Amino acid sequence: MPKNKLVAGFAEAVAGIPDGATIAFGGFAGPGTPFNLIRALLAQGARNLTCVSNTTGGAHQPRMPDIGMLVENGQVRKVVCSFTAATRPTDVLPFARFLEAGQVEAELVPQGTLAERLRAAGSGIPAFYTPTGVGTEIAEGRETRVFNGREHLLEHALPVDYAFLRAWQADEAGNLRFRLSQRNFNPVMAMAARTVVVEVEEDVLPVGAMDPDAVHTPGIFVHRLVRVPPPPEGLWPARRAERAR
Amino acid sequence: MSAAGTKGWSRQQMADRLAAEFGDGWIVNLGVGIPTLCSNTDLGGRDVVFHSENGVVGYGPALPEGQEDPHLVNAGGQNVSLRPGAAIVHHADSFAIIRSGRIDATVMGAYEVSASGDFANWKVAANAKGGGIGGAMDLAACARRVFLLLEHTTRRGAPRLVRRCALPVTARRVVTLVATNYGLFEPEGEGFRIKELAPGLTPDEVGAATGAPLAA
Repeated sequence: MPKNKLVAGFAEAVAGIPDGATIAFGGFAGPGTPFNLIRALLAQGARNLTCVSNTTGGAHQPRMPDIGMLVENGQVRKVVCSFTAATRPTDVLPFARFLEAGQVEAELVPQGTLAERLRAAGSGIPAFYTPTGVGTEIAEGRETRVFNGREHLLEHALPVDYAFLRAWQADEAGNLRFRLSQRNFNPVMAMAARTVVVEVEEDVLPVGAMDPDAVHTPGIFVHRLVRVPPPPEGLWPARRAERAR
Repeated sequence: MSAAGTKGWSRQQMADRLAAEFGDGWIVNLGVGIPTLCSNTDLGGRDVVFHSENGVVGYGPALPEGQEDPHLVNAGGQNVSLRPGAAIVHHADSFAIIRSGRIDATVMGAYEVSASGDFANWKVAANAKGGGIGGAMDLAACARRVFLLLEHTTRRGAPRLVRRCALPVTARRVVTLVATNYGLFEPEGEGFRIKELAPGLTPDEVGAATGAPLAA
């Protein structure tokens, strides 16, 4: 019988995260974002972190826990994101003033390259070539190689120490299932991380209750599960009450 | 909305005109901003699959308030609907679809586009510290066609269709078609070719608002 990976609460879920850790955070524009784990990490207080996520957050109201808050809390050394600024010149992210002031480092990565670097890290592939970014500022001074008459840019795998994810369903063995666009980066971040911590929306199922064909991320990648309590104790994206099932 | 006052196309008209170029059976990626308006366009029976970078293949229009599904958003974070036959994939697979050339057209907003088909849409100023690349560089480098939707000039009246981009580019020599409030244009190396002018506009007027030679 696999070990039951369910822990009692969010404090237990983020216990032991050391200063200097690299953490990947799932989520895209809300769905699949581990809001509760981020809140717990704000309280846990680990510092000098490297945070890997699609954005630093903060573009939408009401604001939910995001990477920008960890930055504001003085916990972050570096972010690795596909957005470190909003796309509309009129929107200024809370993160921007920390970046401008040099209080945090940022590595800006095209989104597909970010996903593939994580996938590669989780697949035993140390590096790969992509046509993305060739001829742009991000390729300056970097290794390129021509394949089939076309220039490609060398990109390295992006292994992480931890991944913080949010899933819809899980069983005690850590098998995960995501709902709709909640999936996004979560499966590749699970593969790229040594320790995977997941907040789960539904009651964690006993081992054997999940159809193996329905598993999106197998439990062998997953280490700690924590159930998201109903609001207001747990953080949920807006309009959960109207969620169509 | 447009600098020419009542002349020219509205944003929805720009999106509709560009969407008229979508072929039956195409897979199309719509970017954030004006491009999302293409999902409102009546495609007149053409079967087009809208792909969103976050792994949603086959979405439909945004849902009205109260009917949204919080688990389902498009690239712009809008709570959209799914069309029959839709599929969900993870991020690496979503960009595998993009990088392997399966997107027939990507529609993006831009700050600048050059006559040689370069465009810029990830940094608001050359010296800006942060940027917003998102999926734009992957899409620009790998989609079969790169369509842009943008206002013809900045709010201050400076041209956005230029000889060379002043801002850091997203990709080089990739843009196939540009729709603005003034019409439809094709980058042709040294200048732009007018494919169609919006109602009420003359080639001279549009030429004066364009930063590169314009040919009929």
